[in-house]
Amino acid sequence: MSPVEDAAAEKPRHRPSRAPRTPMPERDARERAMTFDEVGLGYTEEMAVAEANRCIQCKNPTCIEGCPVNIDIKSFIAGIIEGDYTRAIAVLKERNALPAVCGRVCPQEEQCEASCVLARKGEPVAIGRLERWLGDFDLSCDLEHRCAPVVGEPSGRRVAVVGSGPAGLACAGELRRFGHAVTVFESLHAPGGVLTYGIPEFRLPKAIVQAEIEMLEVMGVELVTDVVVGATYTLDDLLGEEGFDAVFVGNGAGLPMFLGVPGENLNGVYSANEFLTRVNLMKAYEFPTYDTPVARGRKVAVVGGGNVAMDAARTAKRLGAEEVFLVYRRSEDEMPARREEVHHAREEGIEFKMLCSPAEIVGRDGFVTGMVATRMELTEPDASGRRAPVCVLDSDFTIECDTVIIALGTRANPLLSQTTPDLEVSSRGYIVTDEDGATNKPGVFAGGDIVTGSATVILAMGAGKKAAQAIDRWLDATKRS
Amino acid sequence: MFPIVYQRQLSASVFEMGVTAPAIARKARAGQFLMLRVDEHGERIPLTFSDWSAEEGWVRFIFMRVGKTTHQLSHLVAGDSLVDVVGPLGVATHVEGLGRVAVMGGGVGAAVAYPVARAMAEAGAEVTVILGARNRELLILEDEFRALPIKELIVMTDDGSAGEKGLVTAPLKRLCEAGEIDSSMAIGPAIMMKFCAATTKEFDVPITVSLNPIMVDGTGMCGACRVSVGGETKFGCVDGPDFDGHAVDFEQLMSRQRVYSDIEREADADFSKECSCHL
Repeated sequence: MSPVEDAAAEKPRHRPSRAPRTPMPERDARERAMTFDEVGLGYTEEMAVAEANRCIQCKNPTCIEGCPVNIDIKSFIAGIIEGDYTRAIAVLKERNALPAVCGRVCPQEEQCEASCVLARKGEPVAIGRLERWLGDFDLSCDLEHRCAPVVGEPSGRRVAVVGSGPAGLACAGELRRFGHAVTVFESLHAPGGVLTYGIPEFRLPKAIVQAEIEMLEVMGVELVTDVVVGATYTLDDLLGEEGFDAVFVGNGAGLPMFLGVPGENLNGVYSANEFLTRVNLMKAYEFPTYDTPVARGRKVAVVGGGNVAMDAARTAKRLGAEEVFLVYRRSEDEMPARREEVHHAREEGIEFKMLCSPAEIVGRDGFVTGMVATRMELTEPDASGRRAPVCVLDSDFTIECDTVIIALGTRANPLLSQTTPDLEVSSRGYIVTDEDGATNKPGVFAGGDIVTGSATVILAMGAGKKAAQAIDRWLDATKRS
Repeated sequence: MFPIVYQRQLSASVFEMGVTAPAIARKARAGQFLMLRVDEHGERIPLTFSDWSAEEGWVRFIFMRVGKTTHQLSHLVAGDSLVDVVGPLGVATHVEGLGRVAVMGGGVGAAVAYPVARAMAEAGAEVTVILGARNRELLILEDEFRALPIKELIVMTDDGSAGEKGLVTAPLKRLCEAGEIDSSMAIGPAIMMKFCAATTKEFDVPITVSLNPIMVDGTGMCGACRVSVGGETKFGCVDGPDFDGHAVDFEQLMSRQRVYSDIEREADADFSKECSCHL
């Protein structure tokens, strides 16, 4: 029996459409290279319904297994098909506290959409765009009409969450469902973690992040900014005099990595973290209305091939750069960035310099004037299929630029582990946990980048959620008699 | 919001401010710093603690009016508040087991030298403080230092309007030559710390310097504050702010401190134009 017949047998009324995948409208490439307004414009209701109708509602929906938080995708799409958006949103929120965020930044093409049955023969259902549309639909309602997950009966237990990024927010939302009191501590002045300081406005509008966080506050999550756990309070303070019964650590990625080449501390060399934080969190693109400045380079070289490198390159372009080069030591096929981001970057005029490795950054009077790069070539695939980049002899050349942005990832932030000597960390400083997120320290759980190293928003959210369930079990087991 | 509970003007351009921040006050140690933001459009700037009280729940810092943010700060008084204060950040100054130590405070750096000298003295060190300023008007905290249990206070001014005429390196050199100090610490403008480091280097006297690079988050996330120490890149916010003065690349530090000076000067000029109270 084909999947189509299979679905028809189950729900006779649904006749899947055979139309091609519905494209999502986007801001024109020339227009958007000058503005921080969002690139993707989202589906209209009509488009969402048309796309939802492509779903064949399989009996065994493989898409759900492809989702790191196992959203019941089949059911929420059914809700759209049947016009019951309220139910669709409730289904979505059952598993994911931040649908409008995940609909935008999840790599769906590697997750749910890669597992969609339709992907075997053609294009998968645009699950991510449907999630985004539903999330936005919910956010467009007044706060009292928005879908608020049901909060559990007060348990009398208090949990501290360290960090208000994806891991911490997902954990906090889930803990409220169990009825635990939750206080989230954020070290910066605004909540959201990487959603706020890292991912640019044109990919994830900050108003969306704020609105999703507002919903968590409606659920009773208490948010406290300007607190660095590891400095303002230690973990032991939280478990001791501050009176928390358990702590979840989701403090995220840490210190940015640099190349280690000469000239790296010249003025005009930024880590992607610094560049993006200045622009996104501190709103340097509105200097001098906002007080934080950022270099507006004419010729900008961005080093790296991940999503953060794409974000930095596209941000530099929007700040007015005439030329932005993306310098990556492997070829485009090996770039870890999402295809969609690579595509958008190209459309916006980012120039790709593949198979190039920075050897030195050169400058005059303390400021960058260029980057010396070495050409690379890839070896034949080794046993694991990986092709290693090797230098081409005497191939150095200079890229003229006044700004260099290094997007090579991060190391673990040492602040919390330094002040918690009995917390087990790996040789690279990441917190060691079991598969549920429990650390070696009783009552302390962790998840997200501080455990796995740099990963995705949804994986961090999955870890936060899983840890919340483990915390709930732990609190239950340690109930005061 | 962090209420301002204390404000006083120490000289024409130097101010001391105290804010209510009980959690920070409980943890503050000499040499550590806080990050603050004046308002919702403000930048985050680092300022080192000049004093604190865990019992009363406040922290104080001293700043010189140099750019837009410090200009705005200088107009705030007790009863106003700051939107953000976060800390304590950075590694506290090492004060234990120092023996005979010289602490140099240059200009507004005296504000940081004060709790450092106090903590060293409390830990049993024999402390000589050398304060330096361009002139009497810019000399700060002289009375406060005199009240500390230190061995000696030496005051130096460029024009001789207070104390001896000359730079802090002159008495520092005398102490080194006489073999009267085992180690030293310098806090002040980069150029002053650079010369203190050069002076002590000659006599193999160790020197710690408290660096003040540009920062954004102050928690190790951005790397704006990176400094070269012994050929290695360190982050001022989490590895410092204290470093071995003989290993610091001061030229690079000074160059990096100037990165935004042109655009910031414009912003401050615009702000000063709008703000009529000090025309």
